[in-house]
Amino acid sequence: MAEIIRRSKALSVSPLKTSQAMGASLAVLGLERAMPLLHGAQGCTAFAKVFFVRHFREPIPLQTTAMDPISSVMGADDNVIEALKTVCEKNRPAAIGLLTTGLSEAQGTDIVRVLKTFRELHPEFQAVRIIPVNTPDFSGCLESGYAAALRAMISEWVPAATVKETRLGCRTRQVNVLCGSLLTPGDVEALRELIESFGLHPVMIPDLADSLDGHLDPEDFKPVTVGGLSVNAFTTLGNAVATLVIGASLYPVADLLYERTGVPLHRFDHLLGLAANDQLVMTLAGIAGHAVPARLARQRAQLLDAMLDTHFMLGQARIALAADPDLLHAFSQWLAEMGAEVVAAVASDRAAVLERTPLAQVQIGDLEDLETWARQGDAELLIGNSHAVDTAQRLGIPLLRAGFPLYDQLGGYQRTWIGYRGARQALFDIANLLLGHGHGGVAPYHSFYSRKDDHRWETMAYGSEQALVDCERRH
Amino acid sequence: MKPSDLAALRDEPACDHNLKAKSGCARPKPGASAGGCAFDGAQIALLPIADVAHIVHGPIACAGSSWDNRGARSTGPALYRLGMTTDLSEQDVIMGRGEKRLFHAVKQAIDRYQPAAVFVYSTCVTALIGDDLPAICKAAEQRWGVPVVPVDSAGFYGSKNLGNRIAGEVMVQYVVGTCEPSPPPVDPARPDLKVHDINLIGEYNIAGELWRVLPLFDELGLRVLCTLSGDTRFREVQTMHRAEVNMIVCSRAMLNVARKLKERFGTPWFEGSFYGVRDVSQALRDIARLIGDPNLSQRTEAVIAREEASADSALEPWRQRLHGKRALLYTGGVKSWSIVSALQDLGITVVATGTKKSTEEDKARIRELMGEDARMIEDGNPRELLALSKEYQADLLIAGGRNMYTALKARLPFLDINQEREFAYAGYRGMVELARQIARTVENPVWDAVRRPAPWDLIALEARHG
Repeated sequence: MAEIIRRSKALSVSPLKTSQAMGASLAVLGLERAMPLLHGAQGCTAFAKVFFVRHFREPIPLQTTAMDPISSVMGADDNVIEALKTVCEKNRPAAIGLLTTGLSEAQGTDIVRVLKTFRELHPEFQAVRIIPVNTPDFSGCLESGYAAALRAMISEWVPAATVKETRLGCRTRQVNVLCGSLLTPGDVEALRELIESFGLHPVMIPDLADSLDGHLDPEDFKPVTVGGLSVNAFTTLGNAVATLVIGASLYPVADLLYERTGVPLHRFDHLLGLAANDQLVMTLAGIAGHAVPARLARQRAQLLDAMLDTHFMLGQARIALAADPDLLHAFSQWLAEMGAEVVAAVASDRAAVLERTPLAQVQIGDLEDLETWARQGDAELLIGNSHAVDTAQRLGIPLLRAGFPLYDQLGGYQRTWIGYRGARQALFDIANLLLGHGHGGVAPYHSFYSRKDDHRWETMAYGSEQALVDCERRH
Repeated sequence: MKPSDLAALRDEPACDHNLKAKSGCARPKPGASAGGCAFDGAQIALLPIADVAHIVHGPIACAGSSWDNRGARSTGPALYRLGMTTDLSEQDVIMGRGEKRLFHAVKQAIDRYQPAAVFVYSTCVTALIGDDLPAICKAAEQRWGVPVVPVDSAGFYGSKNLGNRIAGEVMVQYVVGTCEPSPPPVDPARPDLKVHDINLIGEYNIAGELWRVLPLFDELGLRVLCTLSGDTRFREVQTMHRAEVNMIVCSRAMLNVARKLKERFGTPWFEGSFYGVRDVSQALRDIARLIGDPNLSQRTEAVIAREEASADSALEPWRQRLHGKRALLYTGGVKSWSIVSALQDLGITVVATGTKKSTEEDKARIRELMGEDARMIEDGNPRELLALSKEYQADLLIAGGRNMYTALKARLPFLDINQEREFAYAGYRGMVELARQIARTVENPVWDAVRRPAPWDLIALEARHG
């Protein structure tokens, strides 16, 4: 059990945390023809939009209630109603996520009541499904905001088995999958394919692999999401034979779904590494009543081989981690499986899962904390988001990019970490980063007595780098 | 090379193998040989000389499949890391244009890279078609004014070991003694210290191992005139004749160099090793003994006492972790006994060791260390190694890189001890690195994971057995 070290600094430097509203927006972006609407000042939306655009390199639908000084003081209910009406009229979305921000929460908005008022005033938009979600940025992080949005979707759109005509297991091949925010669109896609390989029909909740997978659509610009999970699908969740939930942050949401529908629940903290994927494959084989496909057995054998080939680099490698709790927990468990040592672990926020994570300590903090811990622990590799590039540079160690946001390289959103194949590729990448960084070498020693007559080499291209460095130092 | 020259090279009076029918330089057995050829041996022995352009004269296979595959490191020039070959074509061979091409190749290397010298290695094809290597080299040297050294090392001459000898022979014949060393630098802190010159023969600075022992030599006031050939410069090889002692490091392959230097310049020599606490200390003592400077001996003992104490305390936690682990040792070039004693220093039980290249004297030392019943492996083919590791319940196989994947496929922890390794195990500090690397593989949880059957197979198994 890890000791959680609370944040003790007044100043957060190089923050790791992303706001709850962003997390909730992300969840809404996984719905079909959807629009996240942030109830706050324009900037709340503008910043969020830039953040997502840089990460996904896609146009991102995101709107604002555009609170101004007067509405901030006198009440912004009208802004919400006007914004909902405008979005419904102009963009014709199937769903809207009405998400609060620090500003509207501090003001004390009651979005549930405002939404009720909107429904009374505008019955013509009855067909547009709207979920209100409280996501103040003064608490939680991306992960908790994402969970809150999913909770609202389940709560609003999944009918209880007792009232509606859903029948447990009547769709004998349907599997509900609650996809945690630790999964990339690439992960969601791979997970869907994996489940399909057992002859099952997965419903990915939400389906970021269908909306933000970076595909070129036949249609040109659309103001709402292109692709994603249809809102109507929520009414079918009660008919499934099983629900998988990936990510501990979604366990309460999964419990709610179970309460509503009685569909048996299978929990996975994450899907990184051998053990987690063994568990997944066994679960799917059980649900499908189906032998494990030979292709998967082969992929598992490939992963085992990669584990052996890379253990020379990963074994005892000192690694520093910075991520939201679910992802941090995932990496910690997996790296422990590989015999690596996590010498610094910084999470953006508290979460129950951190207490179960196989680390001595987890610091709740920022990238400055990460840098301090990593330096203290003499880390050899950093795992974190793009903000950690400079941190890694200052520490003089390589960075494996994971989490949110990833903006300095392309394709981070489609990277597949899960499954036997994802794990194998990630092992190779980590090992290569460690290798490329002069892993294990002895520093060149310049003997006092046995001096080398190398001066002429120092100015030449084929003098070694070390010689060039020494040369610069001398001058 | 003439048959008589080859026979002379095979006859190495300083080598214990010399008297036996099965010598280290014996003819390889067709259909059952694993080691490298004479070209390979000659090239690896000299390649670490860092400011030399190493040109392989032959078609592509010789250089193409061997360049940039070794871990020797340099403090300065990186010229030796470039693969250079005349890459002969069919037309070159048929029309006899190899010599001309070589002549121009030497010019190109000199013009572009300004090497301190050029070494030209002959290969099977160029030896067979009769290219006159010494003549071309001589002509090129006269024409371009840079030393050009012919290394007549066709692969078919014999084994890798023989190639090492050829390389040593060439150095003694063409290079050693062609230049005098400058006077040693004076340490302002110890202006009156008498500095002694030594050579280390057969030390390749793999993974920077040399840098783990050089600080000790500096402290003792020993100047390494030349390391043959780790992190060496051409000029240093030229001055080798002025050393007061030659140490043969861990490999008998270049014994001929030490013997010839003794014959020609009277330099005493000894064999030693930098692996393991006991052996490092012994090497330092032997150097002091052969130099015969009482002041040096006294300081050497002080350094040994200090370093052994510090190594001992640094190794203590590792000994506890590794105690009782069982290792199967199969080394190629390095001396088994040296590694055996190093492993025993760590509390590891060596259950069996390779003796393919060991002499009777080596075997006696192994028996002394491991007991009379020590299991010695003459032929370490993969099947045999795996069977032995099973029989002796080894926790770990320590061998050359070529056996790495054999071990991994059999789910057996492995440590690379040969030339391709990435870690430096020499010197007192190197022992801690050795311990760390052994622990890194042996203690890794992946072994449990890969030895367990897939969960679905397990269930099927259980079902079958009721």
